[in-house]
Amino acid sequence: MIDTPSELTDGSSSMTAIVLMTRIRLARNLATMPFPGWAQPEQREEALEICRAAVISAPQMKRSLSIDVAELSDLEKQILVERHLISRELSTAKSGSGAVINHNQAVSVMINEEDHLRIQVLRSGFQLKKAWNAINDFDSVLEEHLDYAFSSNQGYLTACPTNLGTAMRASAMMHLPALVIAGQMEKVARAVNQLGMVVRGQFGEGSDASGSIFQISNQTTLGEAEPEIIKRLGSVLSTIVDHEKNARAKLLETDSGKLLDKIGRAFGILQNSHILNSSEAMNLLSLVRLGVDLGLFPEEKRSQVDRLFIETQPGHLQYAQKGIIEPEKRDLLRASCLRSEFANFEKPVSITHKN
Amino acid sequence: MANPLKCDLCDNSATVHLTQIVNSKVHKVDLCESCAQAKGVTDPSGFSLSDLLLKASLNPDQPETAVTCEQCGYTQQDFKKHGRFGCPQCYEAFSGVISTMLNSMHNGTTHTGKVPQRALARKTLYDRLTLLENELSEAIKTERYEDAARCRDEISQTKQTHG
Repeated sequence: MIDTPSELTDGSSSMTAIVLMTRIRLARNLATMPFPGWAQPEQREEALEICRAAVISAPQMKRSLSIDVAELSDLEKQILVERHLISRELSTAKSGSGAVINHNQAVSVMINEEDHLRIQVLRSGFQLKKAWNAINDFDSVLEEHLDYAFSSNQGYLTACPTNLGTAMRASAMMHLPALVIAGQMEKVARAVNQLGMVVRGQFGEGSDASGSIFQISNQTTLGEAEPEIIKRLGSVLSTIVDHEKNARAKLLETDSGKLLDKIGRAFGILQNSHILNSSEAMNLLSLVRLGVDLGLFPEEKRSQVDRLFIETQPGHLQYAQKGIIEPEKRDLLRASCLRSEFANFEKPVSITHKN
Repeated sequence: MANPLKCDLCDNSATVHLTQIVNSKVHKVDLCESCAQAKGVTDPSGFSLSDLLLKASLNPDQPETAVTCEQCGYTQQDFKKHGRFGCPQCYEAFSGVISTMLNSMHNGTTHTGKVPQRALARKTLYDRLTLLENELSEAIKTERYEDAARCRDEISQTKQTHG
């Protein structure tokens, strides 16, 4: 799976400059079974079998990978989390949990996480509508085989009332380095919050925002139809993209020396350092990515940086070495991996700065 | 201040006041500094008001009315502890408990989105067939053969039209 091309690591284009990826997740439950958190072990197993059979028979899941979470090693689980294919919650789940992942890792289904089914469609770049169409079709196929818990008044019934209704969470992962450098991110997050959307770190709830990567998603799920939620989120995202672009323009205008210095230093450290922890690596890569957006590095380097965002995560690094590695050794390894990746990177083209 | 606001989560006086507008509905939260920090209000990357509202509305100081879901045995105490339900039927069992919470948490209280048409059609068909089959066996038992014949015809007709 690691070696095959995936939507997340190979789907990059210029459209993905600020919005790295779009993701939609639907929660679904079987009408006649207790939710996974309250179910008896044998009920969990039964729900797993029913759901898995329906999922793998769907045409969308041809050539998919079906996984029993209990049979995975910690490292394998960590890799799936780092690729946004399963959640942290599922990776610590009791027995009777599974995941089905399609061939290019754009469609994945978690079984017996908080709900019986958590269906996810992931698209690189800003593609909310396409993601919705894909997940809507897939969900309709599953519905042919599964009796969903649904009430005409309250919609899809979910274990947690915060997901009730459409049970849909649409989100975008955004790279917002200029807003972070300009110290405006807190303000943006507050404004986004007031519009009923949530800003989180890259790996969802409780994760930090290293690499200036943020996840923005809808907060409410009841009272609005899916297309309305998506439209509202889309307009919030567009506004944030505009703010980020403005912040970049302003930094170049007023503080280009400082900005170019940051990017140049990041590049130098990536080429020459010997110890890098994952958060520092993310921040340096983020600056190089900004450099690509500003035309300092060739456009095609963006996908390399996006791949490195994932491959320098602790799980991926250790997996490549086929074993658990202490954090200190990992930092050495990460630096060495990045040195070789950046050895052939051309130097940033020089822009004369105004100050 | 003459009458300082108290924190929504504990008894300390509130120093953090947050107002969030979710589609023209205003939600206000008053918190003391330590609760605000604990809930991540000051952290722009990890704060969600709806999570907070959910937990605040599950305040264990509220008077006890012991509701239990007959389907799965989940109690109101369980819900307070976990913030999750036990099974789909819990929504009906606890409807009185959660209506205010849903109202403050979401953009409305009625679902207007996707409907699982195929699953619902299948259920309607299943319910109809079950009903007819019960009628049929009842008619046979009481020797009402005309009714039985009618039921049998309806059953085969229903099955035919829905493939």
